[in-house]
Amino acid sequence: MASQSRAEALSHPASRKPRSTQQQAILAASKVWSWIFLAALVAYFSWNGTGFFTLRNSQNILVALVPIILMGLGQTFVIISGGIDLSVGWVMGLASVMSAIVIRDQVNSGTNVEIAILMGFAVGIGCGLIAGLVSGTITAKLRVPPFIVTLGVSFVARGIGFLKAEGNVVGGQPVELRNLGNESLLYFVRGDEGGLYFLKKPDVIGAQLRLLDRVFTWPVVITFIIVLIGMFVLAKTQFGRHTYAIGGNKDASSRAGVPVDRHIILLYVLSAGTSALAGVLHTARFSGGAADAGDPIMMMSIAAVVIGGVSLFGGEGRVIGTVIGAMILAVLQTGLIMINVQTFYQYIVVGIIVIMAVLMDQARDIIIGRAEE
Amino acid sequence: MEPILRVENITKRFGGLTAVNRVNLEVNPGEVVGLVGDNGAGKSTLIKMVSGVYHPSEGAIYFEGKPAVINTPSQARDMGIETIYQDLALAGNLTMSANIFLGRERKKKYLGGAVRILDEKFMLQEALKLLETLDVHLPAPSAKIEKLSGGQRQAVAIARALYWNARLMIMDEPTNNLGVIEQAKVLDLIRRLKEQHVPVILISHTMRDIFAVSDRIIVLHRGRKVADKRTSETSNEELVQYIMGARDDFEAARA
Repeated sequence: MASQSRAEALSHPASRKPRSTQQQAILAASKVWSWIFLAALVAYFSWNGTGFFTLRNSQNILVALVPIILMGLGQTFVIISGGIDLSVGWVMGLASVMSAIVIRDQVNSGTNVEIAILMGFAVGIGCGLIAGLVSGTITAKLRVPPFIVTLGVSFVARGIGFLKAEGNVVGGQPVELRNLGNESLLYFVRGDEGGLYFLKKPDVIGAQLRLLDRVFTWPVVITFIIVLIGMFVLAKTQFGRHTYAIGGNKDASSRAGVPVDRHIILLYVLSAGTSALAGVLHTARFSGGAADAGDPIMMMSIAAVVIGGVSLFGGEGRVIGTVIGAMILAVLQTGLIMINVQTFYQYIVVGIIVIMAVLMDQARDIIIGRAEE
Repeated sequence: MEPILRVENITKRFGGLTAVNRVNLEVNPGEVVGLVGDNGAGKSTLIKMVSGVYHPSEGAIYFEGKPAVINTPSQARDMGIETIYQDLALAGNLTMSANIFLGRERKKKYLGGAVRILDEKFMLQEALKLLETLDVHLPAPSAKIEKLSGGQRQAVAIARALYWNARLMIMDEPTNNLGVIEQAKVLDLIRRLKEQHVPVILISHTMRDIFAVSDRIIVLHRGRKVADKRTSETSNEELVQYIMGARDDFEAARA
């Protein structure tokens, strides 16, 4: 009997030390805590914050989520591969400035407004892709740690952004752009004569405007679609599989024939690309390009990724985790304001949650036994 | 019978140091050749020349009768020379089938090839069939590699090599860091390879393993081949003498 159990133990080293109830609890908690925490936050603020659980507030939260999720999406891929991209915030700002300049100048020189907007978006996102290409190439080919490379690219993007914007917000944007950034898929009008409108803005004027809610603004819709594509690519395609493989064992991936360098370059292009998209959407939402558009949110986006369970050691994580992480941050932000907690406390709370998330991650790794290898 | 691999007078020098000195080696179909020697005897260097990691300073390699120029590990693999290193080159965060198909994933095409989705079902079934031929049964086939035992990981690494048509398997210390039962399983895997006529070069410090599975044993000492014996015609004591440098069958060839 004793030798029998020894034989089993040898063939399953993971079960060599049977997991205690406590360990199993931590393991289970590490998988679902972010969902439960989000639900608890929503419940708490709905109870305590006047007007938290309203259509308008939910829409405000979604709008605030757009740049956090877009930056976090590319970052999710990069961190799963074992890298990090610290340039996302300032790449977002650069894209915002460049798109605003192109749109303003094109409209001023008489280009058709729709074409001007398209050109502006293309140039803004193009600048992002170039920044990603630079980060990725230096990381992959010259083997410089991505932490340093993207920090450098971040400063360059910051400098170019402020120079191009001449230290100001780039204004002079057409109304069509503002509509793209603020109008929505659905409209809801409260009151007796109100109702739900699909793709058609109801004619409301004056005081009635206060009864109008924009439901799913275009940036939210675009972000939703991008997130779905991101989920699909990471979970179901060869690109996603190679991203995990590189994060799990780069040498093994290379030996198995995965084009590791090319893949890493593409990951940084992707990350800068989604950040640049956040930048052009910022330009649309605020009718202006700002070099520092992404600065206050960049660390939030990295926090969202970590809270969402993406391992900073690489190899683990899912897009939905990042979305949940971002929602926790956005709900916390709005909720704390609504219960009249001073803004600066937010940072302290966010900091504690990030550290908590990483501790969860490490506890899980130790229990699984990966950390010992 | 023509040997699968023939190495002629191969030499590797690193600066003034001669790591491998005019070694001849043959591996026949379905043969398990044990390669032994003390640390620094040149076993790894010799193997790395066959697997494309190092370029020989002198000498020639013939694979399946034809002169082979092996410049990179991927060239060696394309020819069918698979090396399984101690680290096994598996991604611990992926499943067994994801590892077997890594870099060569099977995809299902949709919308005229515009959308390609990983065909997980196909890859899992193929992988299971393959493990079946090695008589390996995983309790949870879709578990991540890091949850498998050392022996099971060896099996996955071997299965991957087999799936991609390994014609010669080189195994570097495959029983290191394994429990006793796991060691026996890995030796079983080597016997299965032999049954499937895949020749194996086995590097090991564990004489018991070498004696358990090899048909022939080659001993290196300070870069030179000092013995090349049928396993049935030698003994542990005799081999130890060769390894220590006390005996040398090829003294005449010494320059």
